[in-house]
Amino acid sequence: MRSIFSSATLEAERLHALDLYFMLAALAVLLLVAGLVVYTSLKYRDKGDGVEPPQESTNLSLEMLMIGGPAVLVVIFFFLTIRTSSAILPPAGETTPAVVVTGHQWWWEAAYPGTQVKTANEIHLPVGQRLLIVGTSADVIHDWWLPAFGEKMDVIPGRRNHVWITIKKPGIYEGACSEFCGQQHAWMRIRVVAQTPADYTRWLAAAARPATPPTEAQALAGGALFAHYACSSCHQIRGTAAMGQQGPDLTHFGSRRTMLAGLLENTPANVNRWLTDPQAVKPGAHMPRFIFGQDSIRALTAYLTQLK
Amino acid sequence: MAAHPVLVPEPQEALPDLDINSSQGLLQWISSVDHKQIGLMYLWMSMLFMFVGGVEILLIRVQLAVPNNTFLGPEVYNQLFTMHGTTMIFFVAMPAIFGFATYLVPLMIGANDMAFPQLNALSLWLTFFGGLLLYFSFLAGGAPDAGWFNYAPLNQYNYSFQPGIDYYCAGLLLAGIGTVSAACNFVVTILRYRVPGMGLKQMPVFVWMILINAFLIIASFPALNAALAMLLLDRQLHAHFFDTQAGGSAVLWQHLFWLFGHPEVYILILPSFGILSEVFAVFSRKPVFGYAFIVGSGITIGILAFGVWIHHMLAVGLGNVVNGFFSASSMLIGIPTGIKIFNWLATMHGGSLRFSTAMKFAVAFLVEFTIGGLSGIAFAIVPIDLQLTDTYFVVAHIHYVFIGGTLFGLLAGLFYWFPKMSGRLLNERLSNWFFWLFVIGFNATFLVQHVLGTLGMPRRVYTYPDLPGWGTLNMISSIGGFLMGAATLLLLYIIIKGIRSGHAAPADPWDAYTLEWSTPTSPPTLQNFDRVVPVRSARPFRDLKRPNDADWLKPGKKQGYHAREQAVD
Repeated sequence: MRSIFSSATLEAERLHALDLYFMLAALAVLLLVAGLVVYTSLKYRDKGDGVEPPQESTNLSLEMLMIGGPAVLVVIFFFLTIRTSSAILPPAGETTPAVVVTGHQWWWEAAYPGTQVKTANEIHLPVGQRLLIVGTSADVIHDWWLPAFGEKMDVIPGRRNHVWITIKKPGIYEGACSEFCGQQHAWMRIRVVAQTPADYTRWLAAAARPATPPTEAQALAGGALFAHYACSSCHQIRGTAAMGQQGPDLTHFGSRRTMLAGLLENTPANVNRWLTDPQAVKPGAHMPRFIFGQDSIRALTAYLTQLK
Repeated sequence: MAAHPVLVPEPQEALPDLDINSSQGLLQWISSVDHKQIGLMYLWMSMLFMFVGGVEILLIRVQLAVPNNTFLGPEVYNQLFTMHGTTMIFFVAMPAIFGFATYLVPLMIGANDMAFPQLNALSLWLTFFGGLLLYFSFLAGGAPDAGWFNYAPLNQYNYSFQPGIDYYCAGLLLAGIGTVSAACNFVVTILRYRVPGMGLKQMPVFVWMILINAFLIIASFPALNAALAMLLLDRQLHAHFFDTQAGGSAVLWQHLFWLFGHPEVYILILPSFGILSEVFAVFSRKPVFGYAFIVGSGITIGILAFGVWIHHMLAVGLGNVVNGFFSASSMLIGIPTGIKIFNWLATMHGGSLRFSTAMKFAVAFLVEFTIGGLSGIAFAIVPIDLQLTDTYFVVAHIHYVFIGGTLFGLLAGLFYWFPKMSGRLLNERLSNWFFWLFVIGFNATFLVQHVLGTLGMPRRVYTYPDLPGWGTLNMISSIGGFLMGAATLLLLYIIIKGIRSGHAAPADPWDAYTLEWSTPTSPPTLQNFDRVVPVRSARPFRDLKRPNDADWLKPGKKQGYHAREQAVD
């Protein structure tokens, strides 16, 4: 079970320590209050004799204690806040980001500066390096968050925001858009594939290559249909005439494990369902319903799934 | 008995002629400018909208009970959660607070009505029709669907083209005008209509909190009203305040909204602090401990309220300096809040505690609100906020504050003042059932949501993948929600049964301290007082009942009464 305490990055580890101090302090205060509530409730229960207790109502030194105690906690946690904030989230400066993520209704675009690579929803990153991730949005406000990575980043149209991460171990980490962004906010999940630097370099080189032209007959037909229909006005497949920028880049669609921002596994059957009626699969999504024939859908599915 | 009864200050204008003893049915209520009837109508309005908002959230809890559920589609779900939040804050909590305040403030300060009785009625009806206008959106093509804080640019026409958000603007503007006018009314009433002898230091804590609240409303609602007007211009006349694609700002909306929104949180909690200060004192048979500190911390919270709004926006990326400043100001709020909690504990300490239902809610408040307060501190610590903001941890936090804090306080007030307001006693055994059902349901619903937040479940999702633990925790939360729903129905039954066939309430069933209980009948007559007991301390009614042990006789108390008495003509 992954949570904010899983600490998959050095930054999250740093945060984890702060979480721990806070939880201990909060628990202590809660136990103090709850203990006093139980103690006074039991001890000073009305005896039904109608006698009024002593009418005390002030005690200056007690009041000073009530102010001083919390004030000490505030000072300690303010110091910890500033120290941790400046350690995990310094300004971005001139650093080149490892990846620029752009939020769209309802999917994530990831571009790798200095390369041709563009992908969607499944974001590959190397482990063991301090990476700058820059985020922005193409439409409404979204929020980039993986619980095991620590801090969130709102991605806002017209602004560039950033986080720093140093992933500790290879693996697959999940997250989700955390700022309400419209109908399909629930299905705007994030998948980070953390790889060793060598694997990452191999992946990056593969992802930078244009799509290999199809060989098998049905896929060839699908490629022709993709160019013929309106697909190319929204989607890009590098190496073909399809250069649309509205929807996810599909150059290596077949190599992604999931589709529709984490809603479904990327299988031919699911691609088929999606092309048949997008609004039934992900209501509200900006993919219109084209009334394709079943054979066209099969051809398109064959074409898309072989785009490794 | 102390010797000097004091004349009551009357409103300058005569009240329109209404005889409360000859019922004229509904018309009498609708046309009323009597603060007690208006107060009760506010409370019924709050109850009505609570059922609507409650049904909305129960539908949502059904949808969330299991992963990948298809009970509600995303479109309906988003409308329901938006309406739930908007309704509960603007049309349940606010009217409930105004209901108690409108009913009780004049009685507690020994006045016969609010300063402006007709404005008082106008405030009620503006708020009520604001609520109806908001709900009319369901018939006009779709309710608002961008959340109760309605972020830009999602609130723009190109992202939400149904008229819902236009109704959100119009409805909240209308209610907002009602709220601001009610606040002005309270300021004038409290500052000008107190019975002679009641200086600021003799005012009941509840009246103090309403006074602070009124200033908070007057200073914060204009930010909301301005933002709503700007948004309406954006949507109807294509202005570009928040339209990012035309050069508008997405962050400006957040600044304006939270500049209102955070003071609003304190607007919702301060009256409950006031109610609890009365309840703890009376049911401990002691004066409230640290009166000056409780009032002073209320004023401190009121001032700090305007310097903390960025803690709703720490993930926006405004930089470490800005975030650090607002982190400090937000944490500081913990100090005055802590003062209050510990002073109430000190009130109980050494007292003679009577656990009526009101007192039970007050005591439960201490624990529940502390949980909500502590989880709130998590959001002032910037790095922890960046983990937990916009997850179910926030949902848990706000409900521990608004239910465990605001609502528990209001329920304590309901059970405390019901005999005075209705002239009837509530069934104590059923009230006890209600208390336990509600407390258990509440904690079952929201305690687990803290865990869901740390597991990474974002708020406002219409469904979620079947990740380990998520289904179970959500199911527990849904069951808790239905327990709360059942408890709320029981409360309605208790109230109706109480009004219909409850035992008649004496004028002073709790042996209370403040002036509202000194009216000779329950409920008070149309004209609250013709003579008011002399006020020489914060507990004038107790001074009257125990003249030999009166507060103002104690050493060290200033006896400024006589000077004021001379001023009465």
